[in-house]
Amino acid sequence: MAEYILETKGLGISFGGLKAAQDVNVRIKKNQIYGLIGPNGAGKTTIFNLLTGVYKPTTGTFYLDGEELKGLSQDKINHKGIARTFQNIRLFNNMTVVRNVMVGLHNQPEYNCTVFETLLRLPRHFKVEKAMRERAKELLRIFDLEQERNNLACNLPYGKQRKLEIARALATNPKLLLLDEPAAGMNPHETEDLVKTIRFIRDNFDMTILLIEHDMKFVAGLCDEITVLNFGTVLAEGDTKTALNDPEVIKAYIGG
Amino acid sequence: MLKKFNLGHYINYIVIGIITIVLAVITFSGGRIDSSTLFLLEKIAISIILAVSLSLVVGFLGELSLGHAGFMCVGAYIGGKVAALLEPMLGNGVLTFVIALLVGGGIAAICGIIISIPALRLRGDYLAIVTLAFGEIVKSLFQNTSDETFGGALGLDTPRFDKKYLFIVAFVLVLITLAVVQNFIRSKHGRAVTAIRDNEIAARASGINVTKYKLLAFTLSATFAGIAGVLYSFSNYTVQSAKFGYNYSIEILVMVVLGGMGNINGAIIAATLITFLNTKLATVLTGDLAVLQNLLYALILIVIVIYNNAPALKSFRERFNLGVLWRKLARHKSDPSVITDDAAKWDVVPTKIEMNEVLSIDVVPPEMKDNTGNGGDV
Amino acid sequence: MELFLSTLINGLSLGGIYAMIALGYTMVYGIAKMLNFAHGDVIMVGGYIIYVFMALKNPWLAILMAIIGCVLLGITIEKLAYKPLRGASPLAVLITAIGVSYLLQSLAQIIFGSANKMVTVYEFGSVTIFGVHMQVSALVTLGVTVVVMIALTMFIKYTRIGRAMIAVSEDKGAAQLMGINVNGIITITFAIGSALAALAGLFYLLKAPSISSTLGAMPGIKAFTAAVIGGIGSIPGAMLGGILLGMVECISYKITAIAPYTDAIEFSILIIILLVRPTGFLGKKRREKV
Repeated sequence: MAEYILETKGLGISFGGLKAAQDVNVRIKKNQIYGLIGPNGAGKTTIFNLLTGVYKPTTGTFYLDGEELKGLSQDKINHKGIARTFQNIRLFNNMTVVRNVMVGLHNQPEYNCTVFETLLRLPRHFKVEKAMRERAKELLRIFDLEQERNNLACNLPYGKQRKLEIARALATNPKLLLLDEPAAGMNPHETEDLVKTIRFIRDNFDMTILLIEHDMKFVAGLCDEITVLNFGTVLAEGDTKTALNDPEVIKAYIGG
Repeated sequence: MLKKFNLGHYINYIVIGIITIVLAVITFSGGRIDSSTLFLLEKIAISIILAVSLSLVVGFLGELSLGHAGFMCVGAYIGGKVAALLEPMLGNGVLTFVIALLVGGGIAAICGIIISIPALRLRGDYLAIVTLAFGEIVKSLFQNTSDETFGGALGLDTPRFDKKYLFIVAFVLVLITLAVVQNFIRSKHGRAVTAIRDNEIAARASGINVTKYKLLAFTLSATFAGIAGVLYSFSNYTVQSAKFGYNYSIEILVMVVLGGMGNINGAIIAATLITFLNTKLATVLTGDLAVLQNLLYALILIVIVIYNNAPALKSFRERFNLGVLWRKLARHKSDPSVITDDAAKWDVVPTKIEMNEVLSIDVVPPEMKDNTGNGGDV
Repeated sequence: MELFLSTLINGLSLGGIYAMIALGYTMVYGIAKMLNFAHGDVIMVGGYIIYVFMALKNPWLAILMAIIGCVLLGITIEKLAYKPLRGASPLAVLITAIGVSYLLQSLAQIIFGSANKMVTVYEFGSVTIFGVHMQVSALVTLGVTVVVMIALTMFIKYTRIGRAMIAVSEDKGAAQLMGINVNGIITITFAIGSALAALAGLFYLLKAPSISSTLGAMPGIKAFTAAVIGGIGSIPGAMLGGILLGMVECISYKITAIAPYTDAIEFSILIIILLVRPTGFLGKKRREKV
């Protein structure tokens, strides 16, 4: 058990000449809810893409629970324990809600079943399918989606789609959950609900959460620590209140 | 383990099985089925195998393959050649056939693996073009072989399996194809494949090994196309590569589209219908009129795809689709899990890299901006 | 040497035709982001229009009518078949395009029959330069293609519509927000692409005065190869790719041992290019946003 669940060391990437992120050092302790904030184009989603293997970092590296994950493919990184949601929701739209979550469960060792076993319909196939369905239903129950489990994902209302995305990410049994603007597009009531859900996930799934968010009230109320990015570099970091009141941060936000 | 028997899952096996048994009984009990009907039955079986296997790639993986006939071509030539070599030793019985089938299917599978290398790097239009190119390359290579190896432009003469019983074997192969493809689709692995179709990026982020599953889908699909090819080589006197061009690949695609992409039963019905029509039309439409058949294909592709996909027709589709009609007609007790939860029955068309999805990233709906708490554009 | 030069000229002339088709492909692909499978068949329609109007013995009229006819056809196809699918999956658009291609071929065959029609647009004859015997039509083809390419580049760079085209190709949504009529621009793109197809049809008839309903299908697909080799969306790229492909084809035909495999060779080049450098020689890399 490493001291930090996630530790990035000098993480950076440039596209052509543009340094989308540089020298980002973030350290997240277990069970923290950690915020990543900054103006548009500050490189927040880029950091997520680096941490999930969508982009390969040009400089620096990162460790999950002490293990270096730099350079691994997206699915491998997910296996190692980083799961994410997307800023623009990415569900499997033409699949039912429960199947969306079952895709998330795909790689859990307890649901292992070879292609050969499924083709021949050996007992293992049925056992695994049943177990996966049950587990998926359990997860959906937590997010109050059980009723809709047989609807197509694209037919869910917006707020529920966000929840489903989180449920699917959780299904991959991660150590670290990355949420990209989870409150975007939600009304105050839904946002409040989301805060509760995120805390619930942290407490009941023994989870560490890194989130990107624009809603400052949301961040201030939820995050233990934050990192503020601007133009791809770290502007301030540390405990949420202090960091938010940092003059540099205020300047970056108000402009000047 | 007592499971609720789900008729919908097995209906296609049952129907095809019963038809096969009835026809087999007629044949074995000395009844006469004339040779043109037998030939038609064989052709239908071949078409079903082709359509179902193509459906795996087009309907479930969501990639367009325009080279399906190429895999079939490989199967037909290799299978036919193997059989021709084995015939003097083993006769033209079941053993020869099975070996030819395994080798032909196997080589087609290897071609499937080869074609999935580009499939891993490319998608959409580019991949479609690559598969088309593959089909044309295969055709051209077999066309230009020497006369001793694969018969060159004249084609390869193949030994003939006992005509009377070939259709039974053909339908057994249809059942095997169905079992493999449907068991695959209705499993966690098939779910992974459809997840890739729906959103490749999200599938990767959910830990799906996209490489593995694309490879698997292409290889399975190619294998069965190869098997259809071997069957073809036994059903016909000669195998000529000119038959397996782009046009044939399109014909198979028409079956998949007509059946509703991602709908296996639809593909089976469409394959039967089109093959039947082809054969019947071929006798009616001779000479210049033969082109009417292509016109029909063209209209099927255009009309059905636009009807099923045009965003403007969405609400219309929801009111008037076969599923809704069926439920109304049958006063089906609406059990949504039966209707929507069968992976082999989606007729929703894959949405991969939707243009509007790419666009939606930066365009934030107005109601979201009010919510940032930072006076707008933060 | 003489063989080399005549092959070179032949390659350049065939390359000119490919380049002309590839220009149409690359415009439509670059702006509407769709592979217009029917593009090759518009060439064929252009050829038939020339055939029909050559009954009046006026080549200029025939060419003009072919261009007008193809432009109208291109716009109609876009409006009826592709526009309803804007926003639908690329797979659907692609399959519809294949359907349109088939439709044009079968309609042409119904109208004109399956036998080849012969039509001589103009007898250019041949000249001998530096001891090399060459067809004047080949030089005309090449010359017109170069002029069209330059004109197209200027059009895109220096006119309002051209710049709007660039905007639409970069980002449809943003272009729309900037007040650009995206649908209008796409229609214009199809119109230009189809006009180029009409010219390509003319070049085919100059090269060999015979036309059938499948005239455009294979050249169309090969020209797409050319567009990809040059980098899709790039006008000089289409030119470069077209010439390269024409050269490869002519050289391959000249070498007896590989001549029957010419198609296979061209398609293998396509696959290799797509694998090694999907953006082609002059294309830009596109990254899907996550």
